[in-house]
Amino acid sequence: MNTWSSIWGFPFGRLTLDALPVTDIVRADGRTELLSGITGTAAAGMAVLGFVVVVILITVKGWWRPLWSEWLTSVDHKKIGIMYIVFSFVMLARALAEAFVMRSQQVVGHDGGGIVMPDHFAQLFTTHGTIMIFFMAMPFLTGMINFVMPLQIGARDVAFPVLNSVSLMLTIAGGLILMISLVLEPFSTGGWSGYPPYTEAAYNPGAGPDYWIWAVTLSSIGSTFTGLNFAVTIYKKRCPGMKLMRMPLFTWTSLCTSILMIFAMPPLTIATALLALDRYMGFHFFTNGGGGNMMNYANLFWLFGHPEVYILILPAFGVWSEVFSTFSGKTLYGYTALVIATMAIAVLSFTVWVHHFFTMGQSANLNAAFGIATMTIGVPTGVKIYDWMLTMFRGRVRISVPMLYAIAFLFLFTIGGLSGIILANPSVDYQVHNTLFLVAHFHNMLIPGLLYGMIAGYTMWFPKAFGFRLDEKWGYRAAWCWILGFMGAFFPLYVLGLMGMPRRMSGYFSGQWLPWTIIALGGAVLILAGFLALIVQLWVSVRDRKRLAVPVGDPWDGRSLEWGIPAPAPEWNFPSLPRVEGRDAFATLKASGHDLGPPEDGFEDIWLPKNAAFGPVIGALGTALAFTLTWYMWWAVLPLAALVPLVIIAQGFRRDTEKRVPAEEVRKEWRAFRELAARTPRVPRTSEYTRDNRGHAIPMSQEATR
Amino acid sequence: MSQTTRHPGLNLGSKHQSADDQAETEVFGFWVFMMSDAILFGLLMATYVVMRPNTNGGPGPQELFELKSIFIETMLLLTSSVAIGFSHLALKHEPRPVKMVLWLLIAMALALTFVGFEIHDFLKMFSEGGTPQRSGFLSSFFALVPLHGLHVTFSCLWAVAILGQMLVYGLDDRVKLSMVRLAVLWHFLDIVWIGIFSIVYIGGLA
Repeated sequence: MNTWSSIWGFPFGRLTLDALPVTDIVRADGRTELLSGITGTAAAGMAVLGFVVVVILITVKGWWRPLWSEWLTSVDHKKIGIMYIVFSFVMLARALAEAFVMRSQQVVGHDGGGIVMPDHFAQLFTTHGTIMIFFMAMPFLTGMINFVMPLQIGARDVAFPVLNSVSLMLTIAGGLILMISLVLEPFSTGGWSGYPPYTEAAYNPGAGPDYWIWAVTLSSIGSTFTGLNFAVTIYKKRCPGMKLMRMPLFTWTSLCTSILMIFAMPPLTIATALLALDRYMGFHFFTNGGGGNMMNYANLFWLFGHPEVYILILPAFGVWSEVFSTFSGKTLYGYTALVIATMAIAVLSFTVWVHHFFTMGQSANLNAAFGIATMTIGVPTGVKIYDWMLTMFRGRVRISVPMLYAIAFLFLFTIGGLSGIILANPSVDYQVHNTLFLVAHFHNMLIPGLLYGMIAGYTMWFPKAFGFRLDEKWGYRAAWCWILGFMGAFFPLYVLGLMGMPRRMSGYFSGQWLPWTIIALGGAVLILAGFLALIVQLWVSVRDRKRLAVPVGDPWDGRSLEWGIPAPAPEWNFPSLPRVEGRDAFATLKASGHDLGPPEDGFEDIWLPKNAAFGPVIGALGTALAFTLTWYMWWAVLPLAALVPLVIIAQGFRRDTEKRVPAEEVRKEWRAFRELAARTPRVPRTSEYTRDNRGHAIPMSQEATR
Repeated sequence: MSQTTRHPGLNLGSKHQSADDQAETEVFGFWVFMMSDAILFGLLMATYVVMRPNTNGGPGPQELFELKSIFIETMLLLTSSVAIGFSHLALKHEPRPVKMVLWLLIAMALALTFVGFEIHDFLKMFSEGGTPQRSGFLSSFFALVPLHGLHVTFSCLWAVAILGQMLVYGLDDRVKLSMVRLAVLWHFLDIVWIGIFSIVYIGGLA
C-alpha cells in the first residue's frame, strides 16, 4: 500500500475482509466465540438474503418504476407517512430479534459462555437501543403524525412537502447505515447513548462508534426538519375555523412533539458532531486528557435525551385521546386540561435532564432540585390518566383492539410511572442506577406507552390509509401477546434490578438471578409471537380485503375531520378546505345529519406539489457519505460532500413544481363517493366488527335515541 | 385570508399576490429553522464557557485573541447586514432589481472579506500553537467560531445561487422568497456574531 492510497483511503479505506462476520467463525477460539460468530454471520446473512429477496421480488413483479414514481419520489404526506411506518416495522423486526438474542444470552450465559461474546453482546444492546429509539419509535410516530395530522386539521399537505421527503430519506439513510453495519462489522459497543470517553478513539478506534455517530446524526437532522415542518403545518395550514382550542388532541400532541423536536434534536446533533470532531480530528471535547470533559457530553446528550422520551410518548398520548373518545362514543373529558397537561409535560421535559446522571458527582442540592422537577411530571400525566378514565365513564365502551391496548396502557403505564417516581429520588437512584430496575422502568414506559399507542393508532387509522380494516381476530391475539409478553419480559427485570443485577451484562455467576432471566426470556418469546401475529394480521387482512373493505371511510364512528373523507383518502384530501364550527368537527356534523358536503362555492382546480427526486438523492448522498466517512474513504468523501450543496442549489432552480388536478375530476370523485355513501347502509356500533361495516357508521348519538 | 396574512417584506401590491401567499408560511418556517440553529450556537457557546478554563497548559485567550482584527471583522459583518437590509428594501420598493443586486453584491463582498479576516486570524492562531487539538478550550473555540464563518460562507453561496436563478428566471416569486429568507439568515448570523464577540472574545479577554 503506497502513501497516496493510505492517506486517501483508496478504494476501501480501512475496510478489510475482517469486517465480514464470517471471519469471526474462521478465527474462533473456543465454543462461545464460534457460536458468537455463527450468530453474527446468520444475522448478516439474513440481512443480505432479505435484501436480495426484496430486489428480486421487485424486479420480477416489475415494481421498480411504480416504486420510484409513486412512492420514493412522492411528496404526498400520506404516502410518506406510510413509508415511515413500513420502515419502522422492518427495523422493529431486527431490534426485536436482537432483544431475543440478548434475553437468550442472559439465560445461557449463566456461569459464563453462552451464544455471544461480550463484545458482540455490547453491539447487540447498542444497536437494539439505537434502532428502537431512532429507527423504530421515531419513524413510527413521525409516520403516524404525517398521515393523520394534516387530515385532522383539514389541510392538503404539510407546509413543506419536499422537506418532508428529505426527512424521511435521511431517516432511512441512517437505518441503511445500521443495516450495513450488520454485514460489515463492527458496530459501536457504547450503548445507545454512546458515552465518551469510552467511545473515543483512544478506547474504541474501530469503525463501530463512527457508524453510530453518522446513523444518529442523519436521523437527528431528519427529525429536526420533521419537527419544523409539523409545527409550521399546524400553525399555518389549519382549515378555516380550526382554532387552536378546536384541534383534536392528537394534533395538539403532534404540535408539542414538534416543538420538542425543534429544540431537542440540535443538542444531539451537537453531541454527535463534537464526538466526531474528537474522533476524526483529535479535538478534546470529551477525552480523558487534553482538557476534555466528558460531562459536557452527558449534558448535551440528555438535553436531547430527556425531551426525547416525551417526543416519543406525547404522540401516543394523542392516539390514546382519540381511541378513548372514539371507542367510548363520547367527547373527550377535560379537553382543556389535557391540552394544558400536554403543554406542561412539554415544558417540564426540558427541566429534568440531570436525573440521567444523578450519580456522576454533582452536588446533592442539584440532585434534589432535579429529582423534584422529575417527580413533577407525574402531576400532568396523572391528570391525563384521570381524563381518559372519565372519558370512558358513562360512555358506551367497545373493547376494540385499540381499546384493549389503551386499557392495558392505563394499568401498565401507571406502574411504570410509579417506578419512575421511585427512580426520581436521588437516594434511591444511587442504589439501583445501572441495574435492570432502570431497564425495566423505561421499557415499562415505552412499550405500553409508545409502542402500544402506535400499534393502536396503526389499527385505528389503517382503514383510512388502505380502505380496509385490519383483521380483528389476529388483532386481539397480537394485543394479548404484546400485553402478557411485556409483563413477562419486564416485570422480572424489576426484581433482578433490586437484586443488584447490572444492565448490559452478558454473563454472570449469581444463581438466584437465573430463574428471573428465564421468565424474562419467556416474556420475550410471547412478544415475538405478538409481532408475528401482527404480520399474520396484515397478511390475512390483505387477503380478505374485500370482506374488510370500508370505502365510505368512517368505520369507527370517528369524531375528527379525517373520517369524513373516503378510504383510502384521495391525493388532495379534501375537495375544498372544510369549515369548522367547533371541536369534534365531524361528530358534530354527523349528529345534525350532515356530512362533509360539497364546497359551497363549487369545485375548483387543486394544485398539488409534484413528485421530487430531491429527497431520495439527498438520502442516497447521506448514506454514501456516512459509509465512506465511517471507513475513511476520503477520496469519495470529498466529492460526495461537495455534491450536497450542488444538489441543493439545483433543487432551488426547479420551477415546475406543481401539478393541477382539474375541478371536474375532484367533482366526479366526490360525487361518486357521496353516492356510494348514500347507498351503503349505516351500521350500528354492535356490528362494528362484522362484514356489514362498510365504513358508514351510525352516529352514536342517533343510535342511542333509536 | 390573504389580505390579513401578507408578509411585510414583500407587500408590493396586487402584482405580487402569489409570492405574498407563500411568504407567510415559508418565512415563518425559516424563522423556526433559525430558532433551531440558535439552539445549536447557544449550546456551542455554553460548551465554550465551560471549556474556557481547560487550556491544558496551552495558550489562552490573552495570547491568541487580537482585538484589532476582531473589531474590523465585527464592523465588516455589521455593515454587510446593513447592505443586505438595503438589498431587501430595494426588493420591496424598486420596480427593477438593479439596486437589489448591487447591494447584495456589496453585502457579499463585505461578508467574504470578513471570512478572509477570520481565516487570517485562525492561521495566526495556528502559528502560535493555538490548534484545536491543543486543549479543550481551543477545541470549543474552533467548533464555534468557524461554524459561524461556515454559515457566512454558505450564505454567500446561497446569494450566488439566487443571482443565478435571477439570470435564468428573472425576479420571480421563488427568487423573492429566497431573498427574504436569505436576509433573515444574514441578520441572524449578525446576532450570533454579537454573541461570539461578547462571550468568546470580550469574555475571553476580560
